[in-house]
Amino acid sequence: MRKRALIPIFYIIFLMLPIYWLVAMSFKTTNDILAGFSLFPETVTLDNYRVIFTDPTWYWGYINSIIYVSLNTVISICVALPAAYAFSRYRFLGDKQLFFWLLTNRMAPAAVFALPFFQLYSSVGLFDTHLAVALAHCLFNIPLAVWILEGFMGGVPKELDETAYVDGYSFPRFFVTIFLPTIKAGVGVAAFFCFMFSWVELLLAKTLTAVAAKPIAATMTKTASSAGYELGLLAAAGTLTIIPGAIVIYFVRNYIAKGFALGRV
Amino acid sequence: MKTENQKAWFFVLPVLFLVAFNALVPIMTVVNYSVQETFGNNLFFWQGLDWFEQILRSDRFHAALGRQFLFTGMILAIEIPLGIIIALAMPRKGIWVSVCLVLMALPMLIPWNVVGAMWNIFALPKVGMLGYFMNDVLGVRYDMTQDPLAAWITIIVMDVWHWTSLVVLLCYAGLVSIPDAYYQAAKIDGASPWKVFRYIQLPKMKTVLTIAILLRFMDSFNIYTEPFVLTGGGPGNSTTLLSIDLVKIALGQFDLGPAAAMSLIYFAITLLVSWLFYTLMTKDDQK
Repeated sequence: MRKRALIPIFYIIFLMLPIYWLVAMSFKTTNDILAGFSLFPETVTLDNYRVIFTDPTWYWGYINSIIYVSLNTVISICVALPAAYAFSRYRFLGDKQLFFWLLTNRMAPAAVFALPFFQLYSSVGLFDTHLAVALAHCLFNIPLAVWILEGFMGGVPKELDETAYVDGYSFPRFFVTIFLPTIKAGVGVAAFFCFMFSWVELLLAKTLTAVAAKPIAATMTKTASSAGYELGLLAAAGTLTIIPGAIVIYFVRNYIAKGFALGRV
Repeated sequence: MKTENQKAWFFVLPVLFLVAFNALVPIMTVVNYSVQETFGNNLFFWQGLDWFEQILRSDRFHAALGRQFLFTGMILAIEIPLGIIIALAMPRKGIWVSVCLVLMALPMLIPWNVVGAMWNIFALPKVGMLGYFMNDVLGVRYDMTQDPLAAWITIIVMDVWHWTSLVVLLCYAGLVSIPDAYYQAAKIDGASPWKVFRYIQLPKMKTVLTIAILLRFMDSFNIYTEPFVLTGGGPGNSTTLLSIDLVKIALGQFDLGPAAAMSLIYFAITLLVSWLFYTLMTKDDQK
């Protein structure tokens, strides 16, 4: 039985190596990095981080990303909740077709939509706003949120709803005070996924922004091309993009496995 | 049992409106482009289905599509079995569960272009850890900017690094839902580990595995950012996957018509394969 533990250990080491490498590089100067391979930084420098925290184009990248990701998570969850309830409790005309159509949007290659999205959001005057990115990410996050929430809601017995009506609860009051607390793990997991996919997506976020709402990941590509290879700076910026994700995972760690199964175990 | 209620549509309306705004308008724009020719200056000419025919017959499209299927096939062939093996070996109780889950989920929360950039530097000969290890410690000539094979291996390893955890977490969720009584019964019957896997664990993992295969298929088939940042489709065209080729045509050459036709074909293929998976997945739910 002891030997079995080696498999996850080796796997985690494999996962951590590139991340360790990135973090180690962020404490080196670009010259040190290019001078050759070394496992540990010989002289630890915080200059890369100092640049990021003092230069507005860098730190505004983070703020922009966090604004549109949060906005998207809130919008997605708010509209997905009633829809998921409808799918899990009622049969209605075209429900299966609608559910499948929603899922197809999860399958659309973002590369297909990049240019039309640019035109659409320019024509409604939302180009280069946080709202534009938040709304665009709804394309794949709402279907996912509906899917996850529907899975969790399906696990709640229908008797709960019926008892509440017999007890004289109105629907909104039942939904907010009884139903939501019952599926709060599902809401947490759905929010985690919306956060995750909005945070890691770049193609649409980059297409829909120019200056005012530019995401951090786009700031990085720009620096890489204009100032040659600022490897140390790039590594520091990359390291900082891992942190919000790590914090969010920590909060949902007990539900994460069930959440990835979309509540369907 | 679900009750029939047409008013449920009101609950779905906000979702319908938001998703339709994001999905229908752009897809109609694409359809519009796909049947026209443009010479700039916003002049468009009716072209009919010529672009579709041209794309479907072009060697370039066939090559990109072939590479795409090769990539997705290899990804599924590696990540699914590997994910199952790791999930089976994971601890079931105690503090290590949380540690494993959090560490394993970490690669999935890194922005995709950071993943690409990170592996790009990681694989650099002399400078990067992987490049240094391969060239200077093992003595294998390894340079992904020169050698197509090295580029392919790097892309595959990167994706395995990035997404295997998704399969692990899904399978793990399926495994922990198996009651202990099942294992005890198997023990009394003297079942071999293989039999336990085949008749207890695998059937319980079926739903989650289908979700894993579906998600991994969709995402690896639509992959763009990571390989684009890692190799830029090179060396030559050796790692130009479908979406990279599409963006090259649409934004690089600004051939909107062919690019739009290609988008639609691409989307149709994704839909078709996903639909097959979806039907398989929901077949048992209906019973």
